[in-house]
Amino acid sequence: MDGLLPDLDVIRKDFPILERTLDGGHKLVYLDSANTSQKPQVVIDAMVDHLERHNANIARAMHQLGAESTAAFEGARDTVAAFLNAPSRDEVIFTKNASEALNLVARTVPLGPGDRVVITEMEHHSNIVPWQLATERAGAELRWFGITDDGELDLSNIDELLVPGTKVVALTWVSNMLGTINPVAEIARRAHEVGAVVVLDASQAAPQLPIDVQAVGADFVAFTGHKVTGPTGIGVLWGRSELLNAYPPFLGGGEMIATVTMEKSTWAPIPHKFEAGTPPIVEAVGLGAALDYLSHIGLDAIHAHEVAITRYLLAGLASVSGVSVLGPLDAARRGGAVSFELAGVHPHDVAQLLDSRGIAVRAGHHCAKPAHRRFGVQASTRASSYLYTEPAEIDALIDGLEYTKSYFKVG
Amino acid sequence: MDLDSLYQEIILDHYRTPHHAGLREPFEAEVHHVNPTCGDEVTLRVHLDGVTVVDVSYAAEGCSISQASASVMTDLVIGKPLPEALEAHAAFLELMQGKGQVEPDEDVLEDGIAFAGVAKFPARVKCALLSWMAFKDAALQAQGVSS
Ligand SMILES: Cc1ncc(COP(=O)(O)O)c(C=O)c1O
Repeated sequence: MDGLLPDLDVIRKDFPILERTLDGGHKLVYLDSANTSQKPQVVIDAMVDHLERHNANIARAMHQLGAESTAAFEGARDTVAAFLNAPSRDEVIFTKNASEALNLVARTVPLGPGDRVVITEMEHHSNIVPWQLATERAGAELRWFGITDDGELDLSNIDELLVPGTKVVALTWVSNMLGTINPVAEIARRAHEVGAVVVLDASQAAPQLPIDVQAVGADFVAFTGHKVTGPTGIGVLWGRSELLNAYPPFLGGGEMIATVTMEKSTWAPIPHKFEAGTPPIVEAVGLGAALDYLSHIGLDAIHAHEVAITRYLLAGLASVSGVSVLGPLDAARRGGAVSFELAGVHPHDVAQLLDSRGIAVRAGHHCAKPAHRRFGVQASTRASSYLYTEPAEIDALIDGLEYTKSYFKVG
Repeated sequence: MDLDSLYQEIILDHYRTPHHAGLREPFEAEVHHVNPTCGDEVTLRVHLDGVTVVDVSYAAEGCSISQASASVMTDLVIGKPLPEALEAHAAFLELMQGKGQVEPDEDVLEDGIAFAGVAKFPARVKCALLSWMAFKDAALQAQGVSS
């Protein structure tokens, strides 16, 4: 199969969990990577090593361990900056996940009555709800791009949506439900013409596409550590310095101040201004190790692998009668998360049957209820691959779907 | 993992041909319950006459377990005095929260005993409970209306 990572067997060995057997002696077939990715040994080791040898609070500890811990944490920031091709490391803010990163922007971007925020119908709830809250608070207006029948963004009314007074355009780079890769650079260009700030949710893009925040022309880019083979508890917001410097703080507390009196406080320079309290130190170290790992393999190679596996997955699904895929059918134009319906069997029941054979998929609305509603479905089953996914796992899924159909006596 | 203990024939039968499905009049209370993690939904109406549960009608969207559970629940509560229906609710709740350790009483739960296997699948317990919780909520509201 063209495009697969050449050392797939070696890569699979990097992920200890892939050796797991589950109830009934079934080998784990993990097809839920869009939900969270598995972790390679180097990430686990980096975190254990930090906890075993270097643990201390950062910035405020005046001892050797404190210096080591600070260097490790700030080193992770350098790694993230390089991963994103950020112009400055100070523009990289650690948060606890993508949701917090998006909330940080929605909470601090200046919005007033009559202003407009534009999102899309294919957002994860994390990029919908913060904007509902923000526009309600400000008396601003919330509008959104729709979705075409093919699962692409409907840009036909872009002139009507992006008007002067539009302050924010926030959208996902890659849809977690439909898999669609959106033309974010083009939308960013159009948004900037009306003076809007562009916020990209790269939670599903960062794992599988090379991310260059300068080339894409965004103002903010958010992603979450646990989907890029890093740990949970850590996310990233990259933002342009001018904006981060101009916006007010998000959370107040230790480390984010320059000075505090009983009457008034002043703020530390970015990034610390937006990092109140003790940050997720060992999680940042783990994230740094994860991004080093991905960069070592190469995001272009990972993307090619995802395209190859997704193409194989789409072909497999097309061979199962009763299956209908939600989202674009061209593997080259989409990410590796594929949501589908199986006629006559509810997604929970599909997932349950697959789980009984060791196959892990997601069933439900995948935190994208509006996108499901757009297609008139309440829930779907989602199979999502990653750099460690092998074709045999797709075969297992397809067999599992046929088994599901016979178990429930459909088709 | 014992799939057949989860998907008992009785459950699949109720799923394929649900009893008392659809929304009907009259009713004193209507509720809408959602399982936020998976999106299963039920709209459910209760019609009481004095203390008797005269009708429970519903429109449910969801998996086999949640649909079958709604069907079985209506069989159990329609025509019963409300206190007895609420006892069935309590017994079903105990069964579902029993992690597979509770021995169900067929006299109280009838076809509901088929759900004993569901209790061993923590992710599915909420599916089985959705319509029961909606029933209790609506029944208590209906009682408030009629008293
Ligand atoms: C597109 C997208 N945005 C945001 C998120 C939220 O990530 P987190 O839950 O880590 O904040 C996810 C994943 O759940 C996602 O897929």
